[in-house]
Amino acid sequence: MAENLLTLSGVHTHIGPYHILQGVELAVPEGGVTVLLGRNGAGKTTTLRTIMGLWTASQGDIRFGDHVITRLSTPEISRRGIAFVPEDMGIFTDLTVAENMLLAAANGPMDQKRLAWIKELFPPIGSFWNSSAGTLSGGQKQMLSVARAIIEPRRLILIDEPTKGLAPAIIKAMIDALKELKETDTTILLVEQNFAMASSIGDTVAVMDDGHIIHSGRMDELVADVALQEKLMGLSLEAHQ
Amino acid sequence: MSETAIKPRIEEIPLKEQLAQKLPVLLVPVLAAVGLIAIGNPASWLTLTVAGLAMGMMIFIMASGLTVVFGLMDVINFGHGAFVAVGAFVGFTVLAWLAGWTASPSVFMNLSAVLIAILAAMLVTGLLGLAFERVIVMPVYGEHLKQILVTMGGLIVAQQMIYVVWGPDELHMSRPEALQGSLVIGEAAIEKYRLVAVGIGLALFIGMRHILKNTKIGLLVRAGVENGEMVEALGYRIRRLFLIVFMTGSALAGLGGVMWGLYQETITAHMGSEIMVLVFIVVIIGGLGSVEGCFIGAMLVGLLANYTAFLAPKVALISTIALMVVVLMWRPQGLYPVVKAK
Repeated sequence: MAENLLTLSGVHTHIGPYHILQGVELAVPEGGVTVLLGRNGAGKTTTLRTIMGLWTASQGDIRFGDHVITRLSTPEISRRGIAFVPEDMGIFTDLTVAENMLLAAANGPMDQKRLAWIKELFPPIGSFWNSSAGTLSGGQKQMLSVARAIIEPRRLILIDEPTKGLAPAIIKAMIDALKELKETDTTILLVEQNFAMASSIGDTVAVMDDGHIIHSGRMDELVADVALQEKLMGLSLEAHQ
Repeated sequence: MSETAIKPRIEEIPLKEQLAQKLPVLLVPVLAAVGLIAIGNPASWLTLTVAGLAMGMMIFIMASGLTVVFGLMDVINFGHGAFVAVGAFVGFTVLAWLAGWTASPSVFMNLSAVLIAILAAMLVTGLLGLAFERVIVMPVYGEHLKQILVTMGGLIVAQQMIYVVWGPDELHMSRPEALQGSLVIGEAAIEKYRLVAVGIGLALFIGMRHILKNTKIGLLVRAGVENGEMVEALGYRIRRLFLIVFMTGSALAGLGGVMWGLYQETITAHMGSEIMVLVFIVVIIGGLGSVEGCFIGAMLVGLLANYTAFLAPKVALISTIALMVVVLMWRPQGLYPVVKAK
């Protein structure tokens, strides 16, 4: 297995009076797709936001490459090569598609070759280049959100439920795009509830429940082990019935 | 990804919604037309309209910084009036130093003196804004009640500092020679200074719109107003942006202070807190955080205040509050509500 690009060791996160992450242990190998599975409220989004510095870990360490990034600010974490695609997509609806992309290229002018590749990957980005992002459909906004994350080369992309609420055709298109992105050796940490999608692109998997990682391993092993799937899903369901 | 997999589609904005977006812009000419009918005399109407627009422009200058600060930083700054007053006093001092220039018959010397006074006021209030943001505002980001209390405290401290430096009395701030008197157009007399105020206000509005629409820092401000968290996730230090915007807003209040002082020709330590009532009304009418809304709101307030002062002086006392009530009943989020993701 490849070396770990991101490692969370005993990470706890409190939001107000709530203790959301309760000692998360997670390793994301370099160059593949790691899928974070779990029921609603398990702590998946909080894990991504904690990695990104949007919520601060109250205990534990987050290591990215050779550096501990636990106490860094969000812009510093971003500038170290981590991009974030939030669950709500985080599109600036008052800005055009072009302006959204321009802001995403934080380190200078957009690389035109890379932009052409993105437009090929997500055709609506080119079609609606000068349109207000607020007028895009949900799927197009999701594509813009991912496009923004990859306009500059990144070492790690955190993507939170990119298929949520999308039509099947758009989900398929999104899977194709993520597969192509995977070919560029970009490491992806993907939060996903759609197991079919997760299993089609994931290399490794971690399952969360109640603020803990309750399983981690290879995705193909989980796909092949129906009993384990039922055990993990059953645990989630039983715990909240 | 194939082109056929996802057909490009854009959600069309219904015509009714498009018209609704344009409607606030029409309010200013509609109010002016209603004013003409009510006043009857075109000469009086022209005088009052220019006076209203000039007053509106000066309020816009003071309010524009406040609305952007609120929109971007989610900070309710009750201390904004302090920058208006300090700006006016600094402008007064500079104009007093340049008394020879202001008394000169040369228009160039007169305008140069005003320009230097404005630049000095903006520099001082901009730096004051830097200190205000770092010392008073930064510790209370995200806590509205504390913001109200500490910024009110900051306002009181600033007013007392004005007493210490310039004394407790009100001061007469006379306009330079070239800006005194009126131009007579037909039967209408229009004060020269009001035309200058309209010109400066318009230039500021066009400049602000240009910066917000066409520069990267403007894009960052607009993006930050909508979703500051995402701006940070893209790698931008939003706290630095906050500081730049706060200092700019404070400097604009200083500019407004000089303009307002020259308009009223009297300045006091409390002038900022007094004008803040109108400034807050304009910011609320416009839609908290919206520069365009703030501009239209300021024009409406300026025109209505002048028309009602002429037609029914007693009504003038409540006209701007009544305008705010009517606008909020029509659009509870203001004329141009700002979309916020947070």
